[in-house]
Amino acid sequence: MAPTVVMGCSAGGMSALRTVLGGLDKGFPRPVVVVCHTGSEDITTFCELLETTSTLPVREARERQSVTTGVVHVAPSGYHLLLEGDGRFALSVDERVSFARPAIDVLFESAASACGSDLIGVVMTGANYDGAAGLRTIRRRGGLAIVQTPADAHAPSMPQAALDVAGADYCVPLGEIASVLNQLCLPKARP
Amino acid sequence: MARPEIEDVEVDLFMRALQLRHGYDFSRYAPASFKRRVLNLAASAGCRTVIELTDRLLREDALVPQVIAGLSVPVSEMFRNPSVFRTLREEVLPVLASYPVINIWQAGCAFGQEVYSLAILLEEAGLYDRSQIFATDFSDAALIRAQEGIFPARDARLYSENYLAAGCQRSLADYYHARYDFMKFDERLKRNVTFANHNLVCDGVFCEAHLILCRNVLIYFTNELQDHVLSLFRDSLVRNGFLCLGNRENIGFASAARDFTPVNARERIFRKSAEAA
Ligand SMILES: C[S@@+](CC[C@H](N)C(=O)[O-])C[C@H]1O[C@@H](n2cnc3c(N)ncnc32)[C@H](O)[C@@H]1O
Repeated sequence: MAPTVVMGCSAGGMSALRTVLGGLDKGFPRPVVVVCHTGSEDITTFCELLETTSTLPVREARERQSVTTGVVHVAPSGYHLLLEGDGRFALSVDERVSFARPAIDVLFESAASACGSDLIGVVMTGANYDGAAGLRTIRRRGGLAIVQTPADAHAPSMPQAALDVAGADYCVPLGEIASVLNQLCLPKARP
Repeated sequence: MARPEIEDVEVDLFMRALQLRHGYDFSRYAPASFKRRVLNLAASAGCRTVIELTDRLLREDALVPQVIAGLSVPVSEMFRNPSVFRTLREEVLPVLASYPVINIWQAGCAFGQEVYSLAILLEEAGLYDRSQIFATDFSDAALIRAQEGIFPARDARLYSENYLAAGCQRSLADYYHARYDFMKFDERLKRNVTFANHNLVCDGVFCEAHLILCRNVLIYFTNELQDHVLSLFRDSLVRNGFLCLGNRENIGFASAARDFTPVNARERIFRKSAEAA
């Protein structure tokens, strides 16, 4: 399946996402899939708010639909979002993981299975430890990890847990995440 | 071609063992969440690898119910997505009221939260005495729990909020007794409920239903199995019968979807099309 970027964030995630999605190149050549613990039922408004700064269209991820290049897909609330090997989304209402549904770990682990080394995982601000185990799986399968510098994060524990458990290929402040992604995903400079 | 991951091979072998030795076919379940469940199951059974679990599964018949219970993950809520129940109450029940007898099939009933929700809805609409609810699942462990109608007290608040948000008229507490850390629902709510084991993968038409409620079950199936089950639902519904699926389900890839017409697309409520056989 196509090379993909997966992102996870929690407390402070909305404004972090606005920064990162606003900094991506216009023709960003990969699909972006996002899990953010919003605690709100209304993911449509969430997508609309992101879209005001994002260079790419932001859509709720739909069951069974294919991941699309140049689109930011956001996990619906109340469901885990998974990537299948054929590049389609799947949903589940299985138990919460790290108190969260959607959980970043669930997306990351399924994406690592589906994409192997053609995957970049990003963990940003958050007040728990979701995403750490998933990021470790991504790295084990040859994918790359970008973690927001904990000191720079609105809530540092999630990026810190990711660093402790998975380590990172890039540990940078929020303001630099988009440019790292743009660099890594230049059509010819594929990791 | 890249070599498959060892884990993926192990999950595949586990699935085949379950089918060959015990007759349960999971080959058309969506792979990503199935794999997650198998890995969790192996871990919770104290196995280091899935192969170890498979080995035990082949030799210990007694493990099968536990495996099915583990693969079933009956996570549910009363009045989950309250607006769906509000719509059932306001738009569907008034139509069902025109039938002398109302048959409702709740497929994939988990621990029964939706069974009791439906019973309450019908009771408050004054329809329960001429209704029959068939609550089915393929996990016996889940069915036993569903029949008990006992839920943890910590969920009471969420369930009550959902109940009110669904537009129901009384108080949820009228329907259960709080005991220690549990709430036990009134036995009378079960008077017209039949619980039965039914596997959507291999079992046939279950009843002649006016409404089928099957929420968040088909999300675990591939397009092909989803299509198969939708055909089964079509064949089980009376003319113009209703089908209610989970809030985020997408049947756009199933050819049997043409036999259903959305009546409230947002809430995933459909009617069997008049032309459908
Ligand atoms: C996530 S629960 C859904 C509970 C409830 N309908 C809801 O939406 O809150 C899924 C249920 O489907 C059942 N299930 C899965 N595969 C099944 C099959 N092949 N036949 C019957 N039930 C199945 C599981 O045992 C589980 O109880």
